[in-house]
Amino acid sequence: MYDAWKILVGLAIFLGLFTFAFWMNAGKAAPVPEVKIDTPEIKKMPEPERKCVEDKHFMRTTHMQLINHWRDQALRDGDREYVNKKGEKYVISLQNTCIKCHSNKKEFCDKCHDYAGVSPYCWDCHIVPPEEPKEEPKGNEL
Amino acid sequence: MGVKVSLGVSLGAVLAIVAVALVGGGVASLQPVFGIIVPYAAFVIFLVGFVYRVVDWGRSPVPYRIPTTCGQQKSLPWIKHDKIENPSSTLGVIGRMILEVFAFRSLFRHTKAEMASGNIVYGASKWIWLGALVFHYSFLVIAVRHLRLFLEPVPFLINGLDLVDGMFQIGAPTLYLTDLLLIGALSYLLARRLIVPKMRYISLANDYFPLFLILGIGISGVLMRFFIRVDIVSVKELTMGLATLHPVMPEGIGAIFFVHVALVSTLFAYFPFSKLMHAGGVFLSPGRNLSNTSRAKMHVNPWEYPVKIHPYEEYENEFREKMKNAGIPVERE
Repeated sequence: MYDAWKILVGLAIFLGLFTFAFWMNAGKAAPVPEVKIDTPEIKKMPEPERKCVEDKHFMRTTHMQLINHWRDQALRDGDREYVNKKGEKYVISLQNTCIKCHSNKKEFCDKCHDYAGVSPYCWDCHIVPPEEPKEEPKGNEL
Repeated sequence: MGVKVSLGVSLGAVLAIVAVALVGGGVASLQPVFGIIVPYAAFVIFLVGFVYRVVDWGRSPVPYRIPTTCGQQKSLPWIKHDKIENPSSTLGVIGRMILEVFAFRSLFRHTKAEMASGNIVYGASKWIWLGALVFHYSFLVIAVRHLRLFLEPVPFLINGLDLVDGMFQIGAPTLYLTDLLLIGALSYLLARRLIVPKMRYISLANDYFPLFLILGIGISGVLMRFFIRVDIVSVKELTMGLATLHPVMPEGIGAIFFVHVALVSTLFAYFPFSKLMHAGGVFLSPGRNLSNTSRAKMHVNPWEYPVKIHPYEEYENEFREKMKNAGIPVERE
């Protein structure tokens, strides 16, 4: 091969760039995030009533479009009534409907958003729900 | 091939891949084939094929300096030397290559010929340069953005790139500017081949196929993000499985995802065998990467052998008698 070292350096850079993800992940496991739906508000509800506004698959895939649509409907059209696929009515409100149950942003929203590298701008306007005060073991008093 | 055949073959091939993936991706037992085996196979073909092609080029001898010169050669001290367009040193070549690779310098030189009042005139035409630049950089940003699916935790820079690309916060999930630019630029590159008669005349199926393929990738990606949603967490579970070499096949990923992956896999597998290898070829182009030292230095063909010659003097010595007998004049009696 002519100019072998130049070409080999180039090929090494090429291979390094394209297999970058493999090296970064070598020997690491990437556990799938598990969201927590054990907030006090959800626990208060009897088992059969523990449902979101739409079914699980729809919420997992399309909640961002639903919420975006809710924003436009509530804030631009002033219409705060949502009728879901089953005909049930809900009040359109992030604070009073979504977060009433899902009050655990860190364990619910952020888990998947961080995993998928998504940075929604909900909290540019909305107040981040206060996290439940956790019963942390008291540190030593020193 | 006529334009209709070329278009039909290339568009038909892309649509066939879409159809196969759409059907196969909907069958749970076939999902590991489309989600794991095909992507891995395509990626290996890409890496091995790319390296093979580059090494093959590297083995081809280039004994003489054959750069395409686009400026004044280095000569006498009072004649201004164009150091980048006609480089005489490695540094100049590096500058030239940087301009070529990052800014498509030679495409910027594109001209258009037109007949004006009976004369042919050449004018600047930068649209192809702009279209190509927009397409390549959009594709690069999109490819880098996809690293969010292959790295955990997602690096700060990838998240930052995502935010910048979606900075207008149009809709949710946010509209990526590069998605618009990619599809727009590809549409222009395709329309150019179809509308300009001279371009249509020289365009072949292997020109249309990559355009349709990458358009298909872009459109399936946009569909998946905005219209036929899939669960991104399951998708990342799959892609992280690929990247950690512990492949898993999560349930419930929609068929549109497998269409996207099948088209991307096709692009990877097709790459080394196609004109797309210009990605590697640009670095190995002797017309670009050689300094013009044709006059300044002696370049000897390293495998030159002594050519057996037979000068006229010897010829006459050999045939003198016969020439004389035939009445042919000779130089020496």
